[in-house]
Amino acid sequence: MSGAARDIPVGALATARAVRAGEVRARQVAEAALARIETFEGELHCFNTVTADAALAAADGVDAAVAAGRDPGPLAGVPIALKDNLCTRGVVTTAGSRILEGWLPPYDATVVRSVVAAGAVVVGKTNLDEFAMGSSTENSAFGPTRNPWDPGRVPGGSSGGSAAAVAAGLVPLALGSDTGGSVRQPASLCGVVGMKPTYGLVSRYGLIAFASSLDQIGPFAATVADAAALLDVIAGHDPADSTSLAVGFEPVSPRLDEGVAGLRVGVISDFLADASPSCVAAVRAAADVLGRAGAVVEEVAIPALMLGLSAYYLVAPAEASSNLARYDGVRYGLRVDGPDVTGMNGRTRSAGFGPEVKRRIMLGTYVLSAGYYDAYYGQAQRVRTLVARGFADAYERFDVLVGPTSPTVAFEIGAKATDPLAMYLSDLYTIPTNLAGHPAVSVPFSLSEGLPVGVQVLAPALGEGAMFRAAAVIERGADPQARGPIEPRATKVAR
Amino acid sequence: MPAVTESFSRDDVVYVARLARLDLEPGEVDLYAAQLASILDHVAAVTGLDTTDVPPTAHPLELENVLRPDTPGSTLDRDEVLAQAPLAEAGRFRVPPILGEAP
Repeated sequence: MSGAARDIPVGALATARAVRAGEVRARQVAEAALARIETFEGELHCFNTVTADAALAAADGVDAAVAAGRDPGPLAGVPIALKDNLCTRGVVTTAGSRILEGWLPPYDATVVRSVVAAGAVVVGKTNLDEFAMGSSTENSAFGPTRNPWDPGRVPGGSSGGSAAAVAAGLVPLALGSDTGGSVRQPASLCGVVGMKPTYGLVSRYGLIAFASSLDQIGPFAATVADAAALLDVIAGHDPADSTSLAVGFEPVSPRLDEGVAGLRVGVISDFLADASPSCVAAVRAAADVLGRAGAVVEEVAIPALMLGLSAYYLVAPAEASSNLARYDGVRYGLRVDGPDVTGMNGRTRSAGFGPEVKRRIMLGTYVLSAGYYDAYYGQAQRVRTLVARGFADAYERFDVLVGPTSPTVAFEIGAKATDPLAMYLSDLYTIPTNLAGHPAVSVPFSLSEGLPVGVQVLAPALGEGAMFRAAAVIERGADPQARGPIEPRATKVAR
Repeated sequence: MPAVTESFSRDDVVYVARLARLDLEPGEVDLYAAQLASILDHVAAVTGLDTTDVPPTAHPLELENVLRPDTPGSTLDRDEVLAQAPLAEAGRFRVPPILGEAP
């Protein structure tokens, strides 16, 4: 870290500790984060909105609490970035879409309230693929985000802005959403930790819906411990979300360092067949790290997981076509006038949605239409059961599973932009987890030709504790050069 | 770009675009037909599987109705909500005519 940031601790827990102890003021931390955003934002485009004034005011509030002897919260003064599909009252929330350009939500998402209550300082809203549909952040209506490791490459997606912001050291924490891998895949491509919680563990209230049976909000951080601390803050029952789990959640942070002695670890062999050699090597090396730490490691074949991608691209578009029906030009966002209400709807939606969103709405409408419903959507739901059963059988013998997060390292901007199917295959190893409603986390492990490679740890529903302990062990055995925060590489050529 | 197959024809695109209230340009129809056919051909792999006796999963959780006591609570501020509407009038959303009557 350079210049003004010299005295600011690196990482969320270190920052919160220093702020709580009065060693550094939250305002200094916020000013340093805002300065670093200012330095790199033009090149990386991580943010759709930077809330500098509000961040400084929030930081002053934290400092006032510290000065008055009040508890400023476990994330006191820690800058955090929010994916721009999380509603923030009075702060523009776009979901990366022209159809919501300039929209000021009248309420905060529950996770936003949770992080603010914990003392975190919101610095802005991060770029994403439109309505979280994509794996590269190129589908944003506001232009792509660039990967800090190589600005010619994508950061992954759809939460690419959040992943890149943490990787570039602009913020120690960020929130994203993961419907088919949209936290874990960009985490892998950017060399940071990204985690998708058990379905229902984190409230979806105020998350702009994409596919409601799959969407979960999850944390990004540079380290496993920081990600665990953020999960502990956002997890918990919320009466405002009817799918919120009413179970007691045991925070993962207190037992994070208890190790993996005796833990039964399955290496998913189906995920190694087609992944790139560097991704396969990372998984095997991470499995060795777990084995040396006392885990019992075996390979396991779960062929049903390979059906997940096809089922997902029937289920997710079907749910999206229903959820996005609300953008009708009446209550919020864009309206393009037409001769009657139907004409207004059609013109508004055509002008407001980008190509990928239109594709998924049409695909979803098709698979739900009369004559095709059972052959496509009904069958996909039955295949979803097969995926869940595949996991259930494996979890009778294993506590956690490991595999690659992404089949490849970060690809070049534009490489898959004209081939939607090739883009979809980026999520081959992350999707089954969403179909089953399970948790999974991507941990940076190694470098391949200067680009980070992540390893994924998967667990059964509410298995976050063991999953995070395994992730912490893998992190200790990983190449420390393979993770953020890094000094972003300069753009080689003006593009 | 793969050829348009029977799995997603031009007519299918026109039909679902109308259902989904998307006004497409003629050039878009051909592009989407080709792309959607390619996607559907890939995902259709699952349609051939024997899933006799496999129940469908609509949701990862066993969903049940969530009820609360029927007591008044706070609501969103009407003016704040209407301020975000493209057109509002007299405390309501304003829309074009629906049944052909005069606005």
